[in-house]
Amino acid sequence: MVGSCLRECVPIDGTVYGVALDGDDPLGTHSELFSRPPYNGAPITPVLFIKPRNTFLAHNGIVQLPRTLGEVEANAALAVVFGRDTRGVAAAQALNAVVGYTLAIDLAEPGADFFRPPIRETCRDGFLPVGPVIVSRDAIDIGSHRLRLEIDGREAASLSLEGSDERIAKLIEEVSAFMTFRAGDVLLASRTPLRPCARIGSRISAILDGIGRLHCCLGLEDGVTR
Amino acid sequence: MKHARIAYRGALRTALVEQDDELLLMADGQRAGFDEVVWLPPLEPRTVFALGLNYADHATELSFKAPERPLIFLKGPNTFVGHNGYSPCPADVRQMHFECELAVVIGRKGRRIRQEQAYDYVAGYTIANDYALREYLENYYRPNLRVKNRDFCTPLGPWIVDAMDIADPMALGLRTFVNGEAEQHGNTRDMIFGIPALVEYLSDFMTLSPGDLILTGTPKGVRYLQPGDEVITEIDGIGCLANTIIPEPRGQRRELVPVAETPSWRCPEPAS
Repeated sequence: MVGSCLRECVPIDGTVYGVALDGDDPLGTHSELFSRPPYNGAPITPVLFIKPRNTFLAHNGIVQLPRTLGEVEANAALAVVFGRDTRGVAAAQALNAVVGYTLAIDLAEPGADFFRPPIRETCRDGFLPVGPVIVSRDAIDIGSHRLRLEIDGREAASLSLEGSDERIAKLIEEVSAFMTFRAGDVLLASRTPLRPCARIGSRISAILDGIGRLHCCLGLEDGVTR
Repeated sequence: MKHARIAYRGALRTALVEQDDELLLMADGQRAGFDEVVWLPPLEPRTVFALGLNYADHATELSFKAPERPLIFLKGPNTFVGHNGYSPCPADVRQMHFECELAVVIGRKGRRIRQEQAYDYVAGYTIANDYALREYLENYYRPNLRVKNRDFCTPLGPWIVDAMDIADPMALGLRTFVNGEAEQHGNTRDMIFGIPALVEYLSDFMTLSPGDLILTGTPKGVRYLQPGDEVITEIDGIGCLANTIIPEPRGQRRELVPVAETPSWRCPEPAS
């Protein structure tokens, strides 16, 4: 274990980048939808987004939703943690920049498209539970595991991580070609497909053998009146 | 007052700016001239919001209808560079252009802030030049990170001016000069979503915190830049932010040993 703490805490302190519409996504990038405006073709480079700090939430945290939000989409994600500043690396070398892995639950309001950055839909406070700990890269063979998402104890989505080492390495090469990942930054590299929805009161878990289970609950905001 | 972050004689310092005399006053009482220091971005920002198409004239210029709700994208910390810094332009890019923007520094934590209270949450203002490289635009999460989150392609500074020293941030002239020629001018009063509206919009769904930064968008004026160009972005009451375009250095790909085996104190091998 690289990072852990006695009380529940967020084990990361960098910038979190994520990839949408990657190879695992059932929407794919070649679907009919993306050949039409406003997209006019499949993306050429990885479709990246940033999850800002206000979205970070510790293991076992409660995501506080406004009453008006009936349901949220949930994905389990493998969070790749960088151990050094990384720019311009070849795929063959890229994993050497990774210090370890943890889990994240990537939450979003349903309904956003892919044309504009969906800040309002994806950046609410608590919309990225992260943890429970960072497991060092040496301690786990990511490719031999399945990433699973559970909602209220039932499996809602899962993803085999076979071959993910190669995919992550390629992704680091493509992105580090134009920007630096700093030591401590995180890349949400593999996300479960399907985007199942959860409601207030639901308990959501991201599970990966070798890392553990990350839980969060969906609750109501305090004092929502304004 | 104006607050800068600088490197001076091998140390990272904060300094107050005595602009009339072009001097920087450090906490220990030392003074240094503007030319004696390396200017760093005046803060290490936490979350950075940037506005697209927030001036009607610029939206029209780019053939876009003005948006009905703010078009916001996020930027990482890697993209900032201080006053008198250098921004790299890749060899295949012919459409890199400046974007002079008023940058709002949040100073207080807040959620569900009403427009009328918005300025209570603002610590100060600085200047951003939010360069864009149009060749790399894609129609996914546009403007995508390859256009807007490149290393060192967002000059920021030279300093933060305290909010109390800017009487009306919604009435400031903005200007950009390339190699001394005026290329862009506008006024913050022409923003579609002004500072109070942006603070209310963002804090409606997320908590704003000290160190968060809002780049409020750019007015009309596009000129494509090339290495060697000197770009000055200027805002009334704040100052002038200078930047030079350079060719993107050709990266040498190094051998990387795994992180865990790399003591951080190890010296690099001497060049042969």
